[in-house]
Amino acid sequence: MKRVYVNEKWCLGCHLCEYNCAYANSGKDDMVKALKNVKINPRIQIEEKDGISFAVQCRHCEEPLCVKGCITGALSIQDGIIEVDKDKCVGCFTCILSCPYGAIMPDDDGHAIQKCELCVKNANGEPACVAGCPNKAIVFEER
Amino acid sequence: MSKFVIIGNSAGAIGCVEGIRSIDKDSEITLIASEPYHTYSRPLISYLLWGKTDEQRMKYRPDSFYKDNNVNAMLGKTVVKIDAEKKTVTLDSGEVISYDKLMYATGSSPFVPPMEGLETVEKKFSFMTLDDAHALEAQLTKDARVLVIGAGLIGLKCVEGIADRVGEITVVDMADRILPSVLDSEGAALVQSFIEEHGVKFCLSDSAAKFEKNKAVLKSGKEIEFDLLVLAVGVRPNVSLIKEAGAKVNRGVVTNEKCETSLPDIYAAGDCTESHDISIDQERVLALLPNAYMQGETAGINMAGGEKLYDSAIPMNAMGMFGYHMITAGSYDGDIYTEKSGRNYKKLFYKDNRLVGYIMIGDIARAGIYTSLIKKKTPLDSIDFELIKHKPQLMAFSKKKREEFLAK
Repeated sequence: MKRVYVNEKWCLGCHLCEYNCAYANSGKDDMVKALKNVKINPRIQIEEKDGISFAVQCRHCEEPLCVKGCITGALSIQDGIIEVDKDKCVGCFTCILSCPYGAIMPDDDGHAIQKCELCVKNANGEPACVAGCPNKAIVFEER
Repeated sequence: MSKFVIIGNSAGAIGCVEGIRSIDKDSEITLIASEPYHTYSRPLISYLLWGKTDEQRMKYRPDSFYKDNNVNAMLGKTVVKIDAEKKTVTLDSGEVISYDKLMYATGSSPFVPPMEGLETVEKKFSFMTLDDAHALEAQLTKDARVLVIGAGLIGLKCVEGIADRVGEITVVDMADRILPSVLDSEGAALVQSFIEEHGVKFCLSDSAAKFEKNKAVLKSGKEIEFDLLVLAVGVRPNVSLIKEAGAKVNRGVVTNEKCETSLPDIYAAGDCTESHDISIDQERVLALLPNAYMQGETAGINMAGGEKLYDSAIPMNAMGMFGYHMITAGSYDGDIYTEKSGRNYKKLFYKDNRLVGYIMIGDIARAGIYTSLIKKKTPLDSIDFELIKHKPQLMAFSKKKREEFLAK
């Protein structure tokens, strides 16, 4: 299955992936309206320290602890992609407790969680973070 | 072809179905449960009363689950006997069903200690099942005074669920703090004060000495008038059937890492069992939904001839009260690192070069990175502990580890 992979030595720490993620999942078709004066809450997040930086998002694990531990059945694997049914999620955050990568976070209003779904549910269809990465520090491929 | 029988219909049982079907698509699976309902998530009953979910959305798996997995679901039927020698179970209807492999996932039941005068209380409730939730809901009125005995997870989630629908709520607990099995004193005090801001009153280090119809007299002498009584003192594993069949039972059903009981071809999972808590290297009942699922799945895979071990269990809880969240895991032993700022509170417990437990309240971001350190017994000198103790992050791992996490 195609996944997003990180090449940390190419990462500039520019945070564009975070903005592209937030825009892609905003449901808006104007980047300025989607992002200006908005505190973004992207599903991909950059870690940086002492000149090292890299992006972290859902690894779509084959043995996903988040899915197995989900108390509602809101998290499930659909064709290899771990998706959340926000309508079922009650925001208990058991998945945040479970995810070893720290790749799941509360959504904007805190009533449910959000996570990377490889942009399959938004208008992009393919990961917007990868498409907008200026230095190929994240790639979407089979490994 | 094997014949699988599963007793139960909650996380352990469903995990077992999914475990079996990950290996064996064809063998017969019969699932028997006393409750007549499609599998649903028990912890969601508080969210149901709160209006945050409904009966359709609280189904643990889609409507087509039994059909999709080719499961013969016998719902509303109760197993009254297990014969481990003949390999049969007997139902309350008298029907006898044979098995090649049996899953015992009977869960737990509310424990009500003997309390003087309890029989004089007309409107009293447990808070464990959908039926419990409906019974309580039918009595909720805008001016009802509710007395909850027990400030544990069940009692407090019940409080959250009904707070907007009743007049007043008082919670009594023998312990000196709320959530005694989950929080330390300092953390509990923070959460308590937040809950009190929602109008809930607490009587801690106290207990109900006796009941007189609509009045409770506490040990301290304090009297509390109430209209509805919720009993959330604790739960006990449902072990009687399997004990009678001859299985080894301590506090819960004893199982090994494959989730086998001491009886041949009988497996067990969930609240009725004991797990090996690797954070303290001890057997204990870990009545938690994620653990139940993983035990069930492990058992199912082994039942179907695969190989899987359930060998990294720890206590862990994610819980919110009125939007204030806490995540905890492991055991609270060893050296302590504390961080406090307003309503954010964090404590890490580490010992012998390992993280063994943590409490996070308020800011719970990326808590799972800590959970993983406990479960994997990661040596703390192999990571940048100074960095990670301030904030859970992958940067604290070696370059090689990071590559393993993110590039493989």
